[in-house]
Amino acid sequence: MGRWLRFLPVLLLALVVGAMVWRLANPPDTTIESKLIGQPAPQFAGEPALAGKPVLSSADLADGRPKLVNFFASWCVPCMAEAPVLMELKRRGVPIVGIAVRDRPADVAEFLASNGEPFERIAADPESELQLAFGSAGVPETFLVDGRGVVRMEHVGPIEPGDIREIVEAVESAR
Amino acid sequence: MIAEAGLAALWLAAALALLQLVLAFAPAKLPGGTAPVRSVAIIQGALTLFALAMLMLLFVRSDMSVLLVAANSHSAKPLIYKLAGAWGNHEGSMLLWVTVLGVAGAILAAFSRRLDERTFAAALGAQGALALGFFGFLLFASNPFARLDPPAMEGRGLNPLLQDPGLVFHPPTLYLGYVGLSVAFSLAVGALVTGRVDSALAKAMRPWVLGAWILLTLGITAGSYWAYYELGWGGWWFWDPVENASLMPWLAATALLHSVNVLAARDSLRAWTVMLAMVAFSMSMVGTFLVRSGILTSIHAFAVDPHRGTFLLALLAVYVGAAFALFAARSGRLSEGPRFELVSREAALVGNNLLLTVILGIVFLGTLYPLFVEAATGEKLSVGAPYFNAVAGPIALVLALLIGVGPLLNWRRDGGDRLKRLAVPALVGVTVLLIALFVIPGGGLLPKLGLGAAATLAIASLLPLAGRKLRRTPLSTWGMVVAHFGVAVAIVGMAGSELTTKEVLIAARPGERITVGPWLVEFNSVSPAAGPNWTALEAELRASRGGGVAVLKPQSRFYSDPPTETNEAAIETVLSGQLYTVLGKPAEDWRWQLRLWWKPLVTLIWLGGALIALGGTLALGGRAWRGWRRRRI
Repeated sequence: MGRWLRFLPVLLLALVVGAMVWRLANPPDTTIESKLIGQPAPQFAGEPALAGKPVLSSADLADGRPKLVNFFASWCVPCMAEAPVLMELKRRGVPIVGIAVRDRPADVAEFLASNGEPFERIAADPESELQLAFGSAGVPETFLVDGRGVVRMEHVGPIEPGDIREIVEAVESAR
Repeated sequence: MIAEAGLAALWLAAALALLQLVLAFAPAKLPGGTAPVRSVAIIQGALTLFALAMLMLLFVRSDMSVLLVAANSHSAKPLIYKLAGAWGNHEGSMLLWVTVLGVAGAILAAFSRRLDERTFAAALGAQGALALGFFGFLLFASNPFARLDPPAMEGRGLNPLLQDPGLVFHPPTLYLGYVGLSVAFSLAVGALVTGRVDSALAKAMRPWVLGAWILLTLGITAGSYWAYYELGWGGWWFWDPVENASLMPWLAATALLHSVNVLAARDSLRAWTVMLAMVAFSMSMVGTFLVRSGILTSIHAFAVDPHRGTFLLALLAVYVGAAFALFAARSGRLSEGPRFELVSREAALVGNNLLLTVILGIVFLGTLYPLFVEAATGEKLSVGAPYFNAVAGPIALVLALLIGVGPLLNWRRDGGDRLKRLAVPALVGVTVLLIALFVIPGGGLLPKLGLGAAATLAIASLLPLAGRKLRRTPLSTWGMVVAHFGVAVAIVGMAGSELTTKEVLIAARPGERITVGPWLVEFNSVSPAAGPNWTALEAELRASRGGGVAVLKPQSRFYSDPPTETNEAAIETVLSGQLYTVLGKPAEDWRWQLRLWWKPLVTLIWLGGALIALGGTLALGGRAWRGWRRRRI
């Protein structure tokens, strides 16, 4: 057996252990980014969610201002918890539009009356069609769409107070 | 007190492992030869066994003041799962690992009489060193006896997927196999230290390799069947990293099993056998590390902790690194042993070893390739069944053909006379292949080649018995024949079910009739059912194919502690295959998702695995019997 061949197992071991050490030091990131990031938001003509509220359509997403698209529902408890954070974002000048998922106008009105009303426009999504088109898995879920209607960021679950700075910065940089 | 007694036993055993290491490599010659080291190893084994018994007792008594019990058990759980729960978690399974290591060391110390004293003492020292590291891991990073203050009111329960008879047997069997290889590793290290690699070493190593290999075979077969019926996907092998982690030691042990025979009978393949013995147990440690660290994405990631992974990786690097370095330094001094011709049994076994090693390399590379690529380039990818089947499959078939040839050859040199007998099996194999190619539509080339190779092997594997007085044939020859025949049976199962499985996925209303393969399945009803710690929706299916009716009751189960949903497949086994049914989610307007498979020949996969293990058992039993008789005379 050649001399170098006898050291081959040691070398191979070093290589394998090295790769494993690297993996232990860099735990795998198992999140899968939304395929919509960097793509134009889906086209849709919104239905009114409640009387007297401007209706959201895809044309409104490309009006030059970056904005948040928030999927919510009156029957969703985490949305209630998220509501004050959305109000805070609105106070800081972030435009927000809403999509009410599988909801009734009366319930939406009551939800907004008791939890605050951060939305400029709202579209109703009675059959979850918009939700599917955006690839959203549940409520609440929020997308950042830039002024040209391109999706820049997805936030799954309620936005929490700790996320406000990151989101405001993302909105700024999408301008 | 029970927990403290268990912990004290562990500390004591760790101290003894250190003593074992020191005694074995002590520079001064001790009076009594290896007797003191032997005693230390035996007591250490007994202490680990005691610690494991204490942990099982804690689980049986549902002592919620012990953290591990509170986190993994539940007072309402059936007794057998309380017992099995002792190893259905990280700490408990590592304690089981260490116990097997300790007991293996004790058995080696108590019964091995074949080796010269120095090699034997060095081997026991190596075993002590192994044990010491794993005791350290247990005591400092995974104490199974840690207390919980204040005690929990109730336990959190065991993952329902694990509440299955499979769990009672699968991990202990695999661990016995994994860790049984540690003895082969220690013996190889001992032999390298003293430079005495000869047939005496092979004979001392052989029962351990054979025993561990039998248990690995059983463990893998049982694990495959468990995944098949419990996970409800209808598949029996997924090339999941953790499955591969159990396959790799098996491949190495299979190669070792054959090369150790060459070393025992002919005193050849010295360096290679020693290397394989080291690789086999190294693969066991890699397997344990992959499972316990969770660094590879896997369905087996039940108990995962990267910090513990670091500890295990350090142990692995030290032990395997030291052993390989020893090999690099010493193997040059090993002479090659007697030569053999190209047509000889040795040559066939070398071929077997090469092919098994190549398959091992393929599996190893495929399992770790995503890790290497991401480390080097940052790109994420995954390697799945297509790679493994396409690359390892053809080599495995060549190996299957070689299995038919090897046993017909003589040691050292062979004129090839008996090879003429292979004409019949070869002809049958080609016929089967042609029939498969022209009669079975679609399904790919590899499974059809598999059927041909399996037909050849099935007949060729019986040839060593031809012309012999069957009652005078040694048990070890019977064992070889049965195991090789089992390989053919398993290949028929794999290839046959791949080619002929019928699948139906349907949303059906109660009352509907569904055809799948030759079966007519009537979907009767869905009704609630309940067990000790679960409730379920249970479908009633009445399946028939001409003759009588089989009632199948697949369930969709909801466990309360912890809250989990599982699918319990219902399986009807008949001679020619299995009807496999799964109840899915309710669909719209009173329909239910049903998945039905007709899987002809699929049972042969596990029957083949069982035959392989039975063959090993016959060989082991035959050798033990012969050894016992020789000693009596």
